[in-house]
Amino acid sequence: MKKIEAIVQPFKLEDVKEALKGIGVDGMTITEVRGHGRQKGHKEVYRGQEYQVDLLPKVKLEMIVPSDRVDEIIKTISSAARSGKIGDGKIFVLPVEEAIRIRNDDRGETAL
Amino acid sequence: MKFLIPMSLFTAGLAMADGPASVDEKIAALDSAVKSAQMSGDNAWMLVSCALVLLMTGPGLALFYGGLVRKKNVLGTMMHSFILMVLATVLWAVVGYSLAFSEGSSVVGGLKYAFLNGVGTDPNADYAATIPHQTFMMFQLMFAIITPALIAGAYAERIKFSAMLLYTTLWMLIVYYPMAHMVWGKGGLLNAFLGGKIPCFDFAGGTVVHITSGVSALVAALYLKPRSGYLQEPMRPHNLVISFIGACLLWVGWFGFNAGSALGAGGLATSAFVATHFAAATAAAGWMLAEWLKSGKPSVLGGISGAVAGLVAITPGSGFVQPMPALLIGFVAGVVCYFMVAIVKMKLGYDDSLDAFGVHGVGGTLGALLTGVFATNLINNGLKDPSGKPLPLGLVDGNAAQIANQAIGVGIAIVLGAVGSFVCLKIADLVCGLRASAEHETEGLDLSMHGEEGYNLEA
Repeated sequence: MKKIEAIVQPFKLEDVKEALKGIGVDGMTITEVRGHGRQKGHKEVYRGQEYQVDLLPKVKLEMIVPSDRVDEIIKTISSAARSGKIGDGKIFVLPVEEAIRIRNDDRGETAL
Repeated sequence: MKFLIPMSLFTAGLAMADGPASVDEKIAALDSAVKSAQMSGDNAWMLVSCALVLLMTGPGLALFYGGLVRKKNVLGTMMHSFILMVLATVLWAVVGYSLAFSEGSSVVGGLKYAFLNGVGTDPNADYAATIPHQTFMMFQLMFAIITPALIAGAYAERIKFSAMLLYTTLWMLIVYYPMAHMVWGKGGLLNAFLGGKIPCFDFAGGTVVHITSGVSALVAALYLKPRSGYLQEPMRPHNLVISFIGACLLWVGWFGFNAGSALGAGGLATSAFVATHFAAATAAAGWMLAEWLKSGKPSVLGGISGAVAGLVAITPGSGFVQPMPALLIGFVAGVVCYFMVAIVKMKLGYDDSLDAFGVHGVGGTLGALLTGVFATNLINNGLKDPSGKPLPLGLVDGNAAQIANQAIGVGIAIVLGAVGSFVCLKIADLVCGLRASAEHETEGLDLSMHGEEGYNLEA
């Protein structure tokens, strides 16, 4: 099992969700986050006082998937979330030791 | 005019039916009916004006200032406005109205109206002959509420609540009541209409309200020192949407503030209404234009700040100037206040957090001086020579000396505001400690002073 963490542009969230649904991935957790990588922030001016805003709003999707589906899911997310500009986000893949379904104590991939 | 037609018909019919003695009686009865009708008309407008001026403080100023601070201080900042609806009201009833408006010295009133003794529904002819004395008292109270609330812009986000209460109480006694008495009280030093030695035109409070509060605010900002992290960490307004609502409520409420200062519902109220609206519009335009040229974008915050600056600047002249000068006064105020706030303040480095000085102190001074230029007896013929001819008012009427009188009024307001504010700050600091502890400031005034939070979105 692997955990896929994808940080994407908020306006791409719907596209990514739809694309994942299209390949049969329907479990995910989403959080609104702020951050930046190489993308520069923007300037805001209030009564002449300038503020550099570095942390920009992003959306983080998290899902735990069977290892053999990882490549397909990565491809799906990255093509749905890509605009081709700096700031499109990143995808991380992490190993997962165990998964437990709270309702009935299913374990492993059955619990996903 | 409405009264003239029925009156002539009535007396004509009367003369045929009864004898002359009865005509006199009827005329006396009519006379009293006309007076009562005028009183009802004037009082209706003045009661609405009272409510409009209160609307400026709560919710107007509370929302305007509340949106400009960080979200951990939104309630504390709104409280700074709201508590004055409480504190200034009680002080006014006990002693404030008397010290401002009863006869006393040329600097401060006496105690004749203490506890509102003798302030009933009969008019006080010295101030406003066609409205109940209590209406006049309430109208003036609304000014005494908003004036100290304006200062909150300078001490926002870092003052201790207890110290704020003490500072404001002292400030009312030392600065506001004397200044209001000098400009508007009978026998006050600067009162142009009721026997002042130096006649200064201040229709609705350029000196009394805006210069005193603006200068006091600057002194408070300097005394308190900047908020911790000022210019190092971001201190962006947390909710410009509520600031926008607040500023627009200020604009609407200002019609009560300025047009209500005519103390009646006649033509003078209309002139003040027109001047007020025109100045707000050009000031918003002026600020946004300056900002557009300087930093590339016209902002909503710039627009509403400019509107408030224009409303401030037209306040002293609103019942004296014609519409075209009002457009000009507003525009100048918008541009000048923008430069004070966006450029001069940054260069000097003081932390007038919400720009109480840059907008109210500067806009008020500008407006008071320009009133000396543009005041005209075409708008306000309240001053007459012994033959009944209206006296020239400002430079446009050929009375250049008025600018000097205005400057003296401005000077007195600045000195009284600065010295008075310093004394009050010092006393409040010695008694309570003025500034919230670093810990409380970091935590935010909402939690540390009031034990609550403005936004509990999970609740």
